[in-house]
Amino acid sequence: MRRNLIAVFLGVVTIGVPLFAHHGAAAYDTSKKLALKGIVTEWFWANPHCFLRFDVTDDKGNVAHWAAETSNPSDMVHLGWSKQSFKPGDEVTVTVEPVKNGLPIGRIEQVALANGQILKARVVF
Amino acid sequence: MLRYILIATLALIPTWIVASPAHAQTGSPQQPGTAANQKSAPAPRRDISGTWDPGNNGIQPLGPRAMPEDGKPEHQLPYTPLGLETLNAHKPSNGVRSVLPGETNDPVVYCDPQGMPREDLYELRTTQIIQTPLKVFVLYQFGKIWRVVWTDGRDLPKDPESRWFGYSIGKWEDDYTFVVQTSGTDERTWVDRAGRPHSADLRVEEKFHRVDLDTLELTVTINDPKMYTKPWVALDKLPFKLQPPNFDVREMMCSPSEFAEYNKIIGNPASGKGAQ
Repeated sequence: MRRNLIAVFLGVVTIGVPLFAHHGAAAYDTSKKLALKGIVTEWFWANPHCFLRFDVTDDKGNVAHWAAETSNPSDMVHLGWSKQSFKPGDEVTVTVEPVKNGLPIGRIEQVALANGQILKARVVF
Repeated sequence: MLRYILIATLALIPTWIVASPAHAQTGSPQQPGTAANQKSAPAPRRDISGTWDPGNNGIQPLGPRAMPEDGKPEHQLPYTPLGLETLNAHKPSNGVRSVLPGETNDPVVYCDPQGMPREDLYELRTTQIIQTPLKVFVLYQFGKIWRVVWTDGRDLPKDPESRWFGYSIGKWEDDYTFVVQTSGTDERTWVDRAGRPHSADLRVEEKFHRVDLDTLELTVTINDPKMYTKPWVALDKLPFKLQPPNFDVREMMCSPSEFAEYNKIIGNPASGKGAQ
């Protein structure tokens, strides 16, 4: 059976983490990182934060409706993102920090597109 | 049931989220320091006009760059008892005193005007300055707002009706330093993203110093005896880089409807206030 989830075992730890790394982090479990393969349903490109909605289907066919945020458009354009970065139906692998309360919500570390391109985010918001 | 493979980080909060500073679109601001090794032309006299970009230094998510609220003792402000009480009533959604997104009472999150001095101290981005004989206009990217600084020699009003952005007068301290005084600000605004308070008695001093043709530095001093026992410096020579005159500044607006959508999908559920 085709695996729908891709595990990412890369945990890049840097020394001297600046304090701003946990900006707006109250809701997020910063000790976890999930790599989720799914299908885009919406890309919301607006203030205060952009967010990507995508459906993740497990091996049993259960669908989880995920929503994961980035910083605002003015930040994201400098990182190569745009309003046209995603459209419904796109296959993506989204690496997120999930929220602490267990809901399918997170903030994006990066998104890998089907064509191999990787869009990286920045947690300074 | 989803199978998650969780990775525990080894030590500190990871900064794996490091983006390359590459600009995907033409017209992205030139970051301060890009011409550090190139000698710039001398500063023109009595001229701070132009399109100025502070780069990421202007975002200031923890509070003003020279005095962030980061828990360090040297960044602890000299609050009066009223100042401390008012600070504690402010619940920011960022920084060391952060609450969950759905619990914040930060007025700017709900699209209230930033006001002065916060327009300088949070989300300060590409800033346009226009000089006319009687006044200087400062046009800000965030919220697409402008301020007027009167240069016709008038004094600040004695008992003004408060304004979100106050009343500003300015004059040249020397040929390269333009000094602005602001008073009459609305008490409802926060000084910065961290929630530092101010009263109606707040006085803000801004010094715009033209270093050379390409560089402008901004210093902001906060003076509010009701909230702080002494003045403090919020920005200390924050550098701006001059952009080409044909540079187009993108919009950055706080929209209540967009904020409501964000809260519905992300903010409230993340805060345990309701499902998506």
